[in-house]
Amino acid sequence: MSAPLLGVADLTVEFPTRRGILRALDAVSFAIAPGEILGMVGESGAGKSLTGAAIIGLLAPPGRIAGGEVRLEGARIDHLPAEAMRRIRGRRIGAIFQDPLTTLNPLYTIGRQLTETIRTHLPMSAAEARTRAIRWLDEVGIPAAARRIDAYPHEFSGGQRQRVVIALALCAEPRLVIADEPTTALDVSIQAQIIALLKRLAREHGTAVLLITHDMGVIAETADRVAVMYAGRIAEIGPVAEVIRAPAHPYTEGLMASIPPLEHRLERLAQIEGAMPRLNAIPDGCAFHPRCPRAIDRCRGERPALTPAGATMAACLLAHA
Amino acid sequence: MPEPLLRLAGVTRRFDVSRPTLQRWLARERRQFLRAVDDVSFAIPAGTTLSLVGESGCGKSTVARLAVGLLAPSAGEIQFDGQPLAAARADPGQRRRMNMIFQDPYASLNPRWRVRDIIAEPLRAFGIGADVPGRVAELLGQVGLAGADGERFPHEFSGGQRQRISIARALAAAPSLLVCDEPTSALDVSVQAQILNLMRDLQQLLGLTYLFISHNLAVVRHMSDRLGVMYLGRVVELGPADEVFAAPRHPYTRLLLEAVPDLERVGSARTPVGGEVPSPIDPPPGCSFHPRCPLAVDRCRVEQPPVRKLGAVEVACHLAEAGAD
Amino acid sequence: MSATLARWRDSDLWHSFTHSPVALGATLLAAVFFVGAFGAPWIAPHDPFNIASLSLLNSFRHPFASWTYPLGTDEQGRDMLSAIMFGTRVSLLVGAAAVIFALVAGVGIGLVAGYAGGWLDGLLMRIADIQLTFPAILMALLIDGVFSALVPRDRHDSVQIYVIVLAIGISRWPQFARVVRGSTLVERGKDYVAAARVIGIGRGRILLGHILPNVLGPVLVIGTLTLGLAILDEATLSFLGVGLPQTQPSLGTLIRIGDDFLFSGQWWVTVFPGVALMLLVLAINLLGDWLRDALNPRLR
Repeated sequence: MSAPLLGVADLTVEFPTRRGILRALDAVSFAIAPGEILGMVGESGAGKSLTGAAIIGLLAPPGRIAGGEVRLEGARIDHLPAEAMRRIRGRRIGAIFQDPLTTLNPLYTIGRQLTETIRTHLPMSAAEARTRAIRWLDEVGIPAAARRIDAYPHEFSGGQRQRVVIALALCAEPRLVIADEPTTALDVSIQAQIIALLKRLAREHGTAVLLITHDMGVIAETADRVAVMYAGRIAEIGPVAEVIRAPAHPYTEGLMASIPPLEHRLERLAQIEGAMPRLNAIPDGCAFHPRCPRAIDRCRGERPALTPAGATMAACLLAHA
Repeated sequence: MPEPLLRLAGVTRRFDVSRPTLQRWLARERRQFLRAVDDVSFAIPAGTTLSLVGESGCGKSTVARLAVGLLAPSAGEIQFDGQPLAAARADPGQRRRMNMIFQDPYASLNPRWRVRDIIAEPLRAFGIGADVPGRVAELLGQVGLAGADGERFPHEFSGGQRQRISIARALAAAPSLLVCDEPTSALDVSVQAQILNLMRDLQQLLGLTYLFISHNLAVVRHMSDRLGVMYLGRVVELGPADEVFAAPRHPYTRLLLEAVPDLERVGSARTPVGGEVPSPIDPPPGCSFHPRCPLAVDRCRVEQPPVRKLGAVEVACHLAEAGAD
Repeated sequence: MSATLARWRDSDLWHSFTHSPVALGATLLAAVFFVGAFGAPWIAPHDPFNIASLSLLNSFRHPFASWTYPLGTDEQGRDMLSAIMFGTRVSLLVGAAAVIFALVAGVGIGLVAGYAGGWLDGLLMRIADIQLTFPAILMALLIDGVFSALVPRDRHDSVQIYVIVLAIGISRWPQFARVVRGSTLVERGKDYVAAARVIGIGRGRILLGHILPNVLGPVLVIGTLTLGLAILDEATLSFLGVGLPQTQPSLGTLIRIGDDFLFSGQWWVTVFPGVALMLLVLAINLLGDWLRDALNPRLR
């Protein structure tokens, strides 16, 4: 495996509140290689979006990185000054969010937004930037890009807007793209188009992608590896096929079994009892133990580390036994 | 087949989407109508589940609102238990027998009301039962909540728990028909499994009839006896769920099934169908799916395909054939 | 009851309140005014309306000169502190009554307009727009004129307070109506309203039982801020002489009376009521601003 493009080690994010400090991310570690798509899956509140926000330095206050480090191409980027971080965003890290309408400024043509982004980050003349913008619109599959470049965001359909957002995230050719629920607001048929586009771009440009989504199906089709988050921690991380077919963590197993299959009709879905704990009530030991069908006494007192279990890495005391 | 509990015959619903009168008059525009639901017919036998599936803007949620009388049809007829819906809703004894579960568990519960009052509202509205607190406790238990939860407010609960409260409210007046509009779309998968299991259990226990609306094909597969696929306000394919999933006859049904990301297809590459759903204000002539249809012929561009019965399945496509696979 | 109290003590609103020096200071100031105003008959050092106790020998005493008349006296020998306490009481009562009138009318009209929509909404909101173009003073002159024609001359002074309340109330209802209409439009589209409609709950019960409790947050804020404005409205009207008669002097009346002596050296007769008015309105406005900020994150 080549040297990681993005290295995250023991990343811890805390929210100080008047009722005490909430630990929203707890020692999260992973790495992404150039050209690799790492899927990050988990239920709401598991900390997956927060991971993305922490990496690009857009944590909503009062959230703060309380520990660990984030390295981009070997250099630390956590705790950079705001101005330095702003230069990194767009140039070296691109971001795609769920709702294209909040990313695009409704008052400017998409061409202006693209060329501005390009010229902020790359030394280019206006004409060169425009050529490049058209090329990128073409690349993401906007028909008649040379003509459509002077249109406003509202003149595009929902799926096309998300394509424009992808062009905007990629036009300065960043090395890393963080895509937070990029297909959630889209219909299935459009979703499939966007997934295919992301995959092709990552492959052709060698861009590393952190794909954050709650949809295991999207991960299955897009990602090379997947990290499963639970209560601010990584429960399991490994190659997609192995995590889906032979999950080592009981939570991953329960999550997979609770997805209704398309091929046949089940009498009952397997279900994980209870709900993910709130941040102010994360249990001691393994955070999953109160819901785990296989929990033993050790799980209540001892916090499992992420260790190899078969083809994946799992944070479960029982996975290695 | 038992008598249908809910029957829609040629139901159409238009919305006036024109600009305000003065502006329209100044701009010399004509009134604009959006045909959200267009000539939809189906029947749901008592005790079974019929699902409607489709992408956003296909009209499935409008059908849900029509079915419980929140909206009135512009044309066509809706019957509840053999009676016109308007007549059934005028009679509290019949109105009591239908209720609805909504998509957003945050907006469907009044944030200022205690859970016990939310669940008791149908009981009080219909004046059922002498022991309201006892019935509320029983309902809370039925949906897997504790009796003490009745004292709390909605914001103290998670999304899944709120949806349980919604279900308890819907069940309070012992209904026969539940219209479920995307009941699990806002929930995480593991919570979704809990709610879907609960809904199936309740159906068996209470003999409920479901009209189930969802955009999620896997969820629909899990819940349905019969399945209708909607596109731009029309039902393009309708039949037993097993058959529609095993042998989709309409090209749009095939596109949908093909597009669903699937755990079984790890890393598989495929070419997705292009295009997007056109605006329902100005739908394409002929078959509204023809601009995206890989099979479209000249006839599809001019002639709207009628609904044809092919075995147990009804399909609105010129090219669909019996047993086509 | 104790459970409700405990939840209130644990609420974000309470926390925000106890951790905001501005809110605490404003509350303290407002409390001083309230106690002083409504306790005036018992704690005021003198009774400014008891003519028997007044003596011209005591007229125009300087402030800070004696404990008997800490803020001095006016031309009739009335203790200024006592006059201000009683005046504040009148100002607060008139302001509160006007706000209650505006609030009830505005919330009612806003609810109906927002829920009914269509032509009724259009009609009610155009009336509100027209109302907003009338300043309170014009409204007061209008109503004053009508009452003068209807009520016998010798009873003018006794009905004057109702004229003022009505005039200010009528000129202030549109703000309530607009905000409530906006919130109602949002709330009526939510599914908890649809859930009530499915089981056949009537319009009136949906409006009062479901929607009203959910639109009251902003009403509380506007109500507080409007109280400050209403007190100023009343002071303006009284200063201009269309307000309260000298037999029921409000802060505005006191300022007007004192204005006559401003240039003859007896500045305290008008300045102290003026300062009292300013501090009272400031305290109410600060409370309103704090309330708006404290409630805002929950309205998002």
